[in-house]
Amino acid sequence: MKDFAYARADSTATAVEAAAAGQVSLLAGGTELLNWFRLGIAAPDRVVDIGGLDELRGIEQQASELRIGALATLNEIGEHPLVVERAGALASACLQAASAQVRNRATLGGNVLQRTRCAYFRAEEPVPWPCNKRAPGSGCAAFAGRHERHAIFGWTEDCVAVQPSDPAVALAALDAHVDVIGPAGPRAIPMREFHLTPREADDPVRETRLGPDELIVGYRIPITVRDGQAYIKIRERASYEYAIVSAAATVVRAGDEIASARVALGSVAQRPWRLPAAEAELVGAPLTRDALQPIVERAMSDAVPLPHNGFKVIMARNAAVRALLAAGGAR
Amino acid sequence: MPLSFAHQCEVGLRINGHEVRTVVSPRMTVLDWLREEVGLTGAKKGCNEGACGTCTVLVDGRRMNGCLTLVVQCDGLEITTVEGLAADDGTLSPVQQAFQDHDGFQCGYCTPGQLLSATACIAEGHATDEDSVREWMSGNICRCSAYPQITAAVLAAADAVEGR
Repeated sequence: MKDFAYARADSTATAVEAAAAGQVSLLAGGTELLNWFRLGIAAPDRVVDIGGLDELRGIEQQASELRIGALATLNEIGEHPLVVERAGALASACLQAASAQVRNRATLGGNVLQRTRCAYFRAEEPVPWPCNKRAPGSGCAAFAGRHERHAIFGWTEDCVAVQPSDPAVALAALDAHVDVIGPAGPRAIPMREFHLTPREADDPVRETRLGPDELIVGYRIPITVRDGQAYIKIRERASYEYAIVSAAATVVRAGDEIASARVALGSVAQRPWRLPAAEAELVGAPLTRDALQPIVERAMSDAVPLPHNGFKVIMARNAAVRALLAAGGAR
Repeated sequence: MPLSFAHQCEVGLRINGHEVRTVVSPRMTVLDWLREEVGLTGAKKGCNEGACGTCTVLVDGRRMNGCLTLVVQCDGLEITTVEGLAADDGTLSPVQQAFQDHDGFQCGYCTPGQLLSATACIAEGHATDEDSVREWMSGNICRCSAYPQITAAVLAAADAVEGR
């Protein structure tokens, strides 16, 4: 880990000011950042510790919004009664992420900024193979190599990575807004638009709409409707593992039918992948596997799997159906 | 006022009940500092990336990976290591005793982390049944695969702690 100079921010304003100077990393929990430092993914001259900023903490309801500060930890969110009751998909996603130890440090602000688990990307310096995220223009080793866990939507030949965050999938399904602040002042970014696929960004390095001199203040989740929610995570072991695919869903029932539904897939692209075509078609559909599966399948017809990950299309479809059934209270 | 940056930082904290003041490089992790500077080698270095849990310590009672925590992030806080679990006269904590009673280890390399994680798991109220223990202890890998014994030890310790 390269040596760096350290300072504790005493306010969000000073942190923003310091970030604007460049060559700075903002440190919250540090569970992702310290590994970036070790691998050489980031090597800043200066680190600003924002972990002590109480103004970025807190979980509360304000009118018809659930507000979660950027420094709330995944365990705090996952076990908070208000989140469990009104944003159950998010609570479940937080508790299915990482381990109890990591969740005590990891913040929701940092979580959505984690980067892909692609093994080619996560190599130690000097990176021994092409990776357009690590060395722009060098190529994508995963596209030609091992990519079972990589994207089925939104990829390019320059990058086939997926965003691995669990909470981001739930936040996208719940139509959350990300509140950010930078030198130009505060602004809000819809979670559905926060992350970018390589195709959208046209640059494998740029993964979000967050500016380099901006920081996440918190999240706002609308909680106007009483709905059922679920987060289904498919992985190679039952706990403490990244998703192969995941799905977050919300369902409002009208008898045995769906009155309205939202569904987002995770680990299928470099952003959470909502299925708006399915959401439109799900209205009035009975809450049965036989009814839901073809609807989800049609909404995923634009999936383009890589040579080695065609199974993810089927697995993601099944995860979405299961999440919808669970959110609707059917099994 | 602009921030003042430093390459050496003064930190005050408590380790197992003892006040410590020190000056560290900001990149120093709690794990490296405990082992190399303080001389407490109970916390082990396994993966050094947050994947194995053998460096688990308690920070203000909450379990965390020592390899993912910088010393400068612990200013004013209390760190508990495996060396701080037993009583001063050597009497084992209920968790330590239960691991011994249930053969909750083979090679022992993961054990310090298991003991601290189990201590926190019980305090959090997550040691309610086997499924819950397995889920909430999943951040501690045991390559000898003593998981059935570890699970039994955690549940027995929870009974002892909670007087069940």
